Amino acid sequence: MASGQHTAPPKSDERSDAGERLIEARDLCLRYAARHVLDHVDMDVTRGEIVTLVGLNGCGKSTLARVLLGLVAPDSGTVWRAPDLRVGYTPQDLAIDRTLPLTVARFLTLGRSVPRDRLIEALGEVGAEGVIDNQLWEISGGELHRVALARALLREPDLLVLDEPVAGVDVSRQADLYDLIARIRDRRGCGVLLISHDLNLVMAATDRVVCLNHHVCCTGRPMEVVRDPQFQALFGASIAQSLAVYRHDHDHDHDDSGRVVSAEEETP
Amino acid sequence: MIDDFFLRAILGGLGVALIAGPLGCFMVWRRMAYFGAALSHSALLGVALGLALGLSPTVGITLMCLGVALLIAALERQRRLPSDTIMGIVAHGALAFGLLAVGMMESLRADLIGFLFGDILAIGEMDLVLIYGAAIAVGVVLLAMWRPLLSATVHESLAAVEGAPVGRVRLLYMLLIALVVGVGMKVVGLLLIVSLFLIPAAAARRLSATPEQMAWGAAAIGAVSVVLGLLASLYLDTPSGPSIVVVATIIFAATLAWPGRSARRSA
Repeated sequence: MASGQHTAPPKSDERSDAGERLIEARDLCLRYAARHVLDHVDMDVTRGEIVTLVGLNGCGKSTLARVLLGLVAPDSGTVWRAPDLRVGYTPQDLAIDRTLPLTVARFLTLGRSVPRDRLIEALGEVGAEGVIDNQLWEISGGELHRVALARALLREPDLLVLDEPVAGVDVSRQADLYDLIARIRDRRGCGVLLISHDLNLVMAATDRVVCLNHHVCCTGRPMEVVRDPQFQALFGASIAQSLAVYRHDHDHDHDDSGRVVSAEEETP
Repeated sequence: MIDDFFLRAILGGLGVALIAGPLGCFMVWRRMAYFGAALSHSALLGVALGLALGLSPTVGITLMCLGVALLIAALERQRRLPSDTIMGIVAHGALAFGLLAVGMMESLRADLIGFLFGDILAIGEMDLVLIYGAAIAVGVVLLAMWRPLLSATVHESLAAVEGAPVGRVRLLYMLLIALVVGVGMKVVGLLLIVSLFLIPAAAARRLSATPEQMAWGAAAIGAVSVVLGLLASLYLDTPSGPSIVVVATIIFAATLAWPGRSARRSA
């Protein structure tokens, strides 16, 4: 459905100055029964870049993430991963049942054993060092997101895939989490793929937005995407406008030409 | 003075309870109680299968449970119906077929109550060999796959991204349950066998701060239930299998009064 792709995804040669490519999906198609969940989707993430996948509920965001993570095989299309790519992942639906007694320290070492001082270090990096000996079900939603992030960081990831990393967190605390994610990217230089249905804060926290509605509606820097007619059709012109203003105020980004500017240029 | 048959009953019950407790913890955590019920309800069909093949009821039941576990795993993979619906259909369909089969076989009809509620006092030496052989094998496999199974239980996709073989451990876990349900059938019967998995695990929950504590606790509570239940049946002349489950249920009820860990107030 090529007509749906208003803004063509960036070609590799246009971005040759960008960092090392970490993961690249080309022409992904996936159907459940007769329904196209993914319809010729292209997607890539580069080292040092925060890419946000936005779209309404049921638009295929999580399915695309599952394909990129290798959890689901696409019907057609390819996923290329950099050799020995290490992926850190925080799932959307991480809810720990009260019937399972599990401390935060134990949760962090479910994949493999890690000495306690490294656990404290990882929890310190995400600002959750105080909960190391708490049961997982007794910490708050925001703390749970941070703990999940710490588990992802313990894998020394090249790529972080964060599925709805602020879901269920107070709006006043959401900005803190996005700041944290940006700091982690700056410090570690990993690539970050955020998946979000919330538009407000995530727009300010991201280098590149991919707007998905089973196919890629539009992609580019946040300022460009919110002006895109496809984006406005999907989310409503008024929301797009308020986002544009929000973004404008935050970044003093006066680029109105609409030309693609390398995201790295404005990376803080 | 303890008779041989009573000693065999205690040993057999202990063997099943000690391994059912830790397996039962995963049944609680993974919300797979219906799966255990589906397996146990297929036992009568297994008895008929055993008779048809010239095998003992225990072996027939175990084979049937393994087959039903594989069937459920295959049906779940198709995702046509919710899991609990699949299990409900398999459980009651298999029970109905089993009742028909047993009803048609004159030689089995008299034993129906034994299959439904167990016949622990009739446990023989061969049964003990089967129970302890299965318990040791299941224990070894469970220990070997403890970490990936626990990780997949907490979050399957996260475990898979980290490289855990989640599909394999899930199937293996289902087969372990099938094995223990099969050899444990003689202890409390098909109607009560799942309780040996669930009730000790649930009782251990409030007394535990780690998954391992809960697993050992469930094994211990199951063992105590077997011994106290059998003694009660001896001195009070109550049916043995149900007495074991009644003791486990009383222990569970008592743990509800336990204060447990209070939730930390978090910001």
